[in-house]
Amino acid sequence: MEQNFVYKLFGDGIIMYSLFVIIPLTFLLIYALIAILGELKIASWVQDRLGPMRTGWKGVLQPLAEVLKLMQKEDIVPDAANKPLFNLAPYVMFTGAFAAFAAIPFTMNFVPAHLNIGLFYIFAVGAFAVIGIVMGGWASNNKYSLLGAMRGVSQMVSYEIPIALAILSIAALAGSLDLQEIINQQSGGFWNWNILGGNGSLWKVLVIPFTLALFIIHFVGGLAETNRIPFDIPEGESEIVAGYHTEYSGMKFAMFFFAEYANMFTVSALITICFLGGWQSPFGDFLNQPLMQAVWFIGKSCFLVFVQIWLRWTLPRLRVDQLMYVSWKVMTPIAFFCFIAISVWSMLR
Amino acid sequence: MEYFKKIYDGLATTAEGMKITLEHLFGKKVTNQYPEIYHPITSGDMPPNSRNRLFVDMSGCDGCNSCAKACPVQCIEVETVRVSPDDENIPDMNNGKKRKMWVTKHEIDFAKCCFCSLCTLVCPTEAIYMTQEFEYSEYDREKLKYNFSNLSPEEVEEKTKMFQEYQAKKKLEQEEKKKAEQEAKLKEAQPEETKQEVTVSKTVEEKPAELSAEELEKQKAREERRRENERKRAERLAAAAKDKEE
Amino acid sequence: MTEKRIIDVDYGKVETERMRINMGPQHPSTHGVLRLEVELDGEIVTEVVPHIGYLHRCFEKSCEKMSYPQVIPYIDRMDYISSMNNELPFVMGMEKLLGINIPERIDMIRVALCELNRIANHQIAVATFGLDCGAFTPFLYLFRDREMILNLFEAVSGGRLLYNYFWIGGLMNDVPPSFKENCLDIIKTVRVTNEEVMRLLIGNKIFEERTANVGILPADVAVNFGVSGPVLRGSGVDYDIRRSEPYSMYDKLDFDVIIGKGEIGTLGDCFDRNIVRMREMEESCKIIEQIISVFPDESSDVRALVPRRVKPPKGEIYSKAENPKGELGFYIVSDGSVNPYRMRSRATSFVNLSVLPEISKGYMIADLIMILGSLDIVLGEIDR
Repeated sequence: MEQNFVYKLFGDGIIMYSLFVIIPLTFLLIYALIAILGELKIASWVQDRLGPMRTGWKGVLQPLAEVLKLMQKEDIVPDAANKPLFNLAPYVMFTGAFAAFAAIPFTMNFVPAHLNIGLFYIFAVGAFAVIGIVMGGWASNNKYSLLGAMRGVSQMVSYEIPIALAILSIAALAGSLDLQEIINQQSGGFWNWNILGGNGSLWKVLVIPFTLALFIIHFVGGLAETNRIPFDIPEGESEIVAGYHTEYSGMKFAMFFFAEYANMFTVSALITICFLGGWQSPFGDFLNQPLMQAVWFIGKSCFLVFVQIWLRWTLPRLRVDQLMYVSWKVMTPIAFFCFIAISVWSMLR
Repeated sequence: MEYFKKIYDGLATTAEGMKITLEHLFGKKVTNQYPEIYHPITSGDMPPNSRNRLFVDMSGCDGCNSCAKACPVQCIEVETVRVSPDDENIPDMNNGKKRKMWVTKHEIDFAKCCFCSLCTLVCPTEAIYMTQEFEYSEYDREKLKYNFSNLSPEEVEEKTKMFQEYQAKKKLEQEEKKKAEQEAKLKEAQPEETKQEVTVSKTVEEKPAELSAEELEKQKAREERRRENERKRAERLAAAAKDKEE
Repeated sequence: MTEKRIIDVDYGKVETERMRINMGPQHPSTHGVLRLEVELDGEIVTEVVPHIGYLHRCFEKSCEKMSYPQVIPYIDRMDYISSMNNELPFVMGMEKLLGINIPERIDMIRVALCELNRIANHQIAVATFGLDCGAFTPFLYLFRDREMILNLFEAVSGGRLLYNYFWIGGLMNDVPPSFKENCLDIIKTVRVTNEEVMRLLIGNKIFEERTANVGILPADVAVNFGVSGPVLRGSGVDYDIRRSEPYSMYDKLDFDVIIGKGEIGTLGDCFDRNIVRMREMEESCKIIEQIISVFPDESSDVRALVPRRVKPPKGEIYSKAENPKGELGFYIVSDGSVNPYRMRSRATSFVNLSVLPEISKGYMIADLIMILGSLDIVLGEIDR
C-alpha cells in the first residue's frame, strides 16, 4: 500500500525535505548578494572606474547596504491599484525562478527531486516569470506600466521557442529528459561535453557547428528571458518610465531585483547542464569528488552569469520590432535546422 | 545572402565590442578617490588662476564701489562711512596710504555670484581676489551671504556717530566763522555807515521779542477755536464708545 | 529594415483613437527641460509638438542694462557646453564695430580653443546619443577624455565650463607655458578613444539597425527650415561658414568639410549626422595640430588692445560663426552708449529643433528619442 504522503512529509523525512528547501534558498541568497556586487564592480571596471569603494573593504558590503536601504523604504501602493495582484506579483516572479531549483542537480547525489522529466519541468516553471510581469504591469494601474508589461510578455514568450528547440535537440542527443542522465552522458572530460558534440566517435566534428549554434541560440534566448540588454525593452526606455516595476518601492522592488538575479542563475544553470557538462569536471575523473562537483557546477554557471553582465555593458538595446525579427526570423529557423541535423546524427549514432 | 551576412555581422561586431570592454576590464582605472586619498588643492592639480570663492582683504579695501558696479549680476553690496579726522586710531591701509572711508558692509552673495572675476580686475588696490576654495556648501541659503567687513555693529554705530558729530561740529564751526566774519565786516564798515546800521540791528533784535496787538488777538482766537474743536471731538468719541457698548 | 509606415489606414467600422502622451519636462532622454506632446497611433508617431520656455532667463533684455564686457558672462551661459564658441561671434562683431585689429597670436589662441571646444561638444553629443540607445560604456569613455580638455581650459582661463575668456580686443590672460604640450596630449588621446568608440558603438550592428533609415531629413527640407551644422551637412549639403565666409584664421588653415554620404541607410538619417560629428572631431584635431606647429612661444600682452571703456559708435552688425551645433549669430544694435540698445542672438538649437515635427512623422516612439538625440540640442540656447 502507498505510504501516506503527509506521514512521509512530517515523519522521519522531515529533516531531509527541509534541508532540500533551505540549502538552495541559502545558496540563492548568498549568490544574489555576490551577483549584485559583481554587477556593480564589473560595470565599473569596464567603464574605467573603481565602483563602490567605501562600504566595507573596497566596497564588499555594498549589496548589504543596498538591501538594508530597500528594506527601510516606505512601501507605497497606488490607491487605484489591484491590491492582491500588486502585492503578489514580485513573489510570483521569484517563485518562477526558485521553483526550478527543485530539479537542478548540484552534484552527483544532491538533487532535491529526481524527476525523470526534469528538463521539461524547468522549462515549464520558467513561464511563471511571464505571469509575474503581467501581474505587475496590470495591477499598477498605469498605462505605461501596462504597455511595458505587454511588450515584456511578447518578448519572453517569443524567445521561449528557440530555447525549447535547443532543449529538444539536447533531449534528442541524450535520449532522455532526465537531467542526471544528460550530465552522466557528458562524463569523461570536456571533449565529451554537448557543446562539442556529446560523447561519440570522431565523426562528431560534423555536428559541432550545430551544437555551437544551438549554444549561442540558447544563450541569447536566455538573455531575453531575463530582460537584460540587448533585450531590456520592458525595463528600459519604454515610454520614458521604468516599465512594469515603476510603481514598486521598498521590499517589493527588492524582490523584483532579487528575482531577476535568481532568474539569471537559473538560465545559466540550465545552459550549463545542457551544453557544458553540468557538474562534471573538465578533466575526466580527476577532481571529480562530490564537493568539487558542486564547485565546478557553480563555477561554470557563474561564468555564464559573468558573460551576461559583460554583454550588458557592451551593447546597445534593440527596438521592439527588431527584437521580434531576431526571434522569429533568425533564431527559430536556425534552431529548427540544427534540430533536424542533430536528430539525424543521433539516429545514425 | 544578405540574411546570412546580417547574422554574421551581428555576431562579429558583438565579439569586437566584447574584446574592447574586456581590455578595459583589466586596464587602468581613472577614478580619483576624493577627498581622503586625493584632493585637488593639496595634490597641486588646481591651477593658480582658478576662479573659485572670492575673498576681500579689508585692510586694502577703500570702499570705492568699483567691484559692485562691475558685477554683472549685482551680488556685491558695499556701504561706507567717512572717516572723521577726530578719530584717534585710524589704521593705515596696506599700501601705505591713509584710510579715508570705513567700509561698514561689504556683502557678497555667493548664491548669485557667477565667478566671472570681473570684480577682481577693476579693484584699484587688489583687495578682492579669487581663492582656490571650492568646498563651501551650506544647508541654508542665507549663510551664503558673506560679510567681509571687520567692524562689529557697535563699532559701526560708533563710527557713524563720530562722523555725524564731526559733521555737526564742522557745521557749527562754519556758522560761527561766518558770523565772526560778518561781525568783522560790520566793525570795519561801522565808521562809514551809522543810521542804516542802527536800524538793522534794531530790527534784528526786536523781531523775536514782540508781537503786535492784532497778532496777539488773532492768536488768542485761534487757541479758543482749537480748544472747542478738541472738546467736540472728545464728546463724539465718548458717544460712539457708548453706542458700541450698547 | 525600418520603413516609413503608412499613417492613414482604413480601419472600417473599428473605432480607433489616437493617443496623446506627454514626454514631460523631466525626462532622461531629452537634453534639458523640453516638453514634447506626442500623438500616437498605436506605436507610430503622427504628430509632435515641442513646448519650450522652461529655461528662459531673459538674457536679451538683461543685456540692455549692462556694459559690453559684462554681457560676455551671459553669453557663456547660452550654449553652456561649448562656451568658447559662443563668445567668439560676439567678440568678433564688437571688434568690427570698434575697428580693432587683433594680432595674429591672439587669433591663433582663439581658434585653437574653439576647436578644442568643438571636440568637447561632439564628445558629449555622441556620448549622449549612445546613452539614448542603451549603450552605457562609450559615454564614460568619451567623458573621461573630455576631462582632459576641461583641465586644459581650467589652466588657461580659470573656469571649467564657463570661461569669460575672450574679451573685446583680446583675451583675459595669456596661456600657460604648458599649453602646447597639453594640446598635443589631448589630440593623441582623442584619436585613440575615437577609434575605440568607432569599433565599440558606431560599428555595432545593433546601433546600425537603430539609426539607419531613421529620421531622414531631405536636403531641400533642411535648407528650407534653415538648419545648420552637422544636421545640415548630414543631409549632403556642403555648407560650412568656416569655408564659405571665413572669419578669424580659417582661410589660412587646411581642413575638409565633412558631409554625409548615406553609407549605411539613406542620406540624411541619424547615422549620417552621427558619423559627421565623429569625423569632424578628427578634422578639429588636424586644425589644432596645424596651429600648434606655428604657435609662437613667447608670451605677449593679450590685453594691449582692450579698450578701457567700450563705447562703440552708432551702428548695427550681424556677426556669425560656426558653432559645433550650427550657425550662431549675434545681431547687435548700438546707439553710441556703453549699453547695447538691442542684443539679439540667433540660436542654433532653436532652429534645429523646429525640424523635429517634420522628420519624426511615421516612425516609432523609440525612434523619436533617437532623432531628438541626433539633432543635438541644448535648452540653454533655445530658451536663452
